Amino acid sequence: MFRLTVGAGLLASALLAALPAMAQPSGSATLDAVKARGTLICGVAGAVPGFSLPDSQGIMRGIDADSCRNVAAAVLGDANKVKFAVTTTQNRFTALQSGEIDLLVRSTTWTLGREASLGLEFAGVNYYDGTGFLVKKALGVKSAKEMDGATICVQPGTSTELAISDYYRVNKMKFTPILIQDLAEIQAAFLAGRCDAYSTDSSALATFRATQTNKDDFLLLPEIISKEPLGYVVRKGDDKWFDIVRWSYFATVAAEEMDVSSKNVDEMLASTNPDIRRLLGVEGEMGKSLGLDAKWAYNIIKQVGNFGETWDRNITVLGVPRGINAVWTKGGLHYAPPIR
Amino acid sequence: MTPPASIAIAEAGPAPTRERPPASVYGPFAWVRANLFNGIFSTIVTLVLGVAIAWALYGFLKWGVANAIWSVPTTATGALDPTACRAAHGTGACWAAINDKWRFMLFGRFPYDQQWRAGICIALFIGLFYVSSDRRFWRKELAYIWAATLAVIFTLMWGGVFGLSYVPQDEWGGLPITLILATFGLALAFPLSVLVALGRRSTALPAVKTLCIVYVELIRGVPLIALLFMANVMFPLFMPVGLNPDKLLRAQVAIILFAAAYLAEVVRGGLQALPKGQAEAADALGLTYWQKTLKITLPQALRLVIPPLVNTFIGFFKDTSLVLTIGILDLLTASKTAMADPVWQGVSTEIYIVVAMVYVAFCYTMSSYSRSIERKLDRARNR
Repeated sequence: MFRLTVGAGLLASALLAALPAMAQPSGSATLDAVKARGTLICGVAGAVPGFSLPDSQGIMRGIDADSCRNVAAAVLGDANKVKFAVTTTQNRFTALQSGEIDLLVRSTTWTLGREASLGLEFAGVNYYDGTGFLVKKALGVKSAKEMDGATICVQPGTSTELAISDYYRVNKMKFTPILIQDLAEIQAAFLAGRCDAYSTDSSALATFRATQTNKDDFLLLPEIISKEPLGYVVRKGDDKWFDIVRWSYFATVAAEEMDVSSKNVDEMLASTNPDIRRLLGVEGEMGKSLGLDAKWAYNIIKQVGNFGETWDRNITVLGVPRGINAVWTKGGLHYAPPIR
Repeated sequence: MTPPASIAIAEAGPAPTRERPPASVYGPFAWVRANLFNGIFSTIVTLVLGVAIAWALYGFLKWGVANAIWSVPTTATGALDPTACRAAHGTGACWAAINDKWRFMLFGRFPYDQQWRAGICIALFIGLFYVSSDRRFWRKELAYIWAATLAVIFTLMWGGVFGLSYVPQDEWGGLPITLILATFGLALAFPLSVLVALGRRSTALPAVKTLCIVYVELIRGVPLIALLFMANVMFPLFMPVGLNPDKLLRAQVAIILFAAAYLAEVVRGGLQALPKGQAEAADALGLTYWQKTLKITLPQALRLVIPPLVNTFIGFFKDTSLVLTIGILDLLTASKTAMADPVWQGVSTEIYIVVAMVYVAFCYTMSSYSRSIERKLDRARNR
């Protein structure tokens, strides 16, 4: 009994002695891991145009990829220190849960079910998407409400399928789904007139329409029938890391609100506006309270750009209108709490 | 239509001067008459098929050559302007997309200015296959050649030494990934499969036998895709945080285990087919188990199963493309990713054709090599 107690005591004191050695000043396991590694491992889709897709040189492009770069710039001071891990819809959450990736930005919809039951939380929304309908103008339809009895091309097993059947049930209408898994095939089917409408996330519909030679023959119906806020996902239980990811997004939105961009950020360092001075780390200790360098937001804006620049570079070129994805001062939903 | 070997040998001697056979029995005309226009039915079939083939070929050439777009202009901002391709969609091929994307298809996300390294790796792999296929090199030294070449390949891929920049495994992609998965998968699965096949036939070691049966049946009872999911999705959950074997390595192990189970059954089939007398004669000579196996039964059994072995090899070469489900950019996945580029929306046939040509080149080489080696090793039977 005595020996056991002594043994346990020794073990406990050994553990206690080891603890200060292991504990880092930041108090965030993920932040420490990222800093020790020198790279941020960010889970992306790697196959969705506008969100994350390697270009012909193999460099990951898109709003999700740039969101990863924001966090890397804030944490490591270099937006290029990101390792993009390609994840699938099946393994994305496991990869995050098991610690293979530090952060997931994979056009993932924020839902109660996911946040409450998967041990993950959503730190921000970089894209407010929703299910829409694309029709040929020749059909003469102006609203989804006129689409009773329509045949609709949709990918099976997606949230789109669920959204459409909910919408039609609520509006007491009928539709015939044409389920096609392959993206190229579903688009060909729609172009060939096998269905009256093609339905998926409105961002994808706008991209598809913009890349047609006769894009004016197609109409994106005004109804957006589901909410798909896509955003940043982190593991639960690492609140410091959560703060860093969330505020790296807010910093880009705040920068756009205050017209600070990658082009004028150096001049803005001399600004007299206290909000800008605090954002860029000229004044106050915002970076320190996050456990980061004072230049954290400056690095994001300088190297990646503000939210609007990221948007224009990746989404506007696809022909998708800004819509509700503008900052709040321009009537959109992107709103950053004050940085003070 | 090569003559049988015996005739070839008879003709090799000093030929007596003789008249040429008449054109009606020897030569291209005679061949065409005998094989294509041999009777009314045969003539009709030849004509119908000939017209069909010509029509298909004409359509393909019109699409793939005459109306094809080989390059597109660049806009003022430096981006490619695919308008010409979109206008030609459906009537002409857009090879300009391949022109833009071929490096991504072949090398994936490997850093662009370092892709020569991955290119050399592909050449080294092909050289390795070529050397290994030649019987003159079937000596001990071949093992050293393999070890050295693989060391060079991995040095080139990873880098980090000799002034080469470090490329993490996540950025590997395209054909090198396909070749790595297939080569290691088969090179390691084959010895394992022989051991499993021997174990399954063992009478002296019932525990080993049961283990082998359980292994084979368990793996064969599960689709490869499920094994890859297990390796990729479930396995990391069992490991402590931060201690995760690489994704590629996990997929590689899954492929090795899967291939070995299938190959083991092929090898076992060969062992089964040998007359029992062979093993009994070896026993009567007082050979040990390993002497008997390595010198008597196994060489004969493996010779018997070359066609099914190569069949399985070819199958696995293509099955490596299933790693797309776990986000590894092999040749097919990289090409599908290239297709997703909005600039080249709608260009999929062209990309699939190029990928198919790469796969066919490798698979056809494998199967024609297997035929040649069958002929060489089967001389004893065909005398």
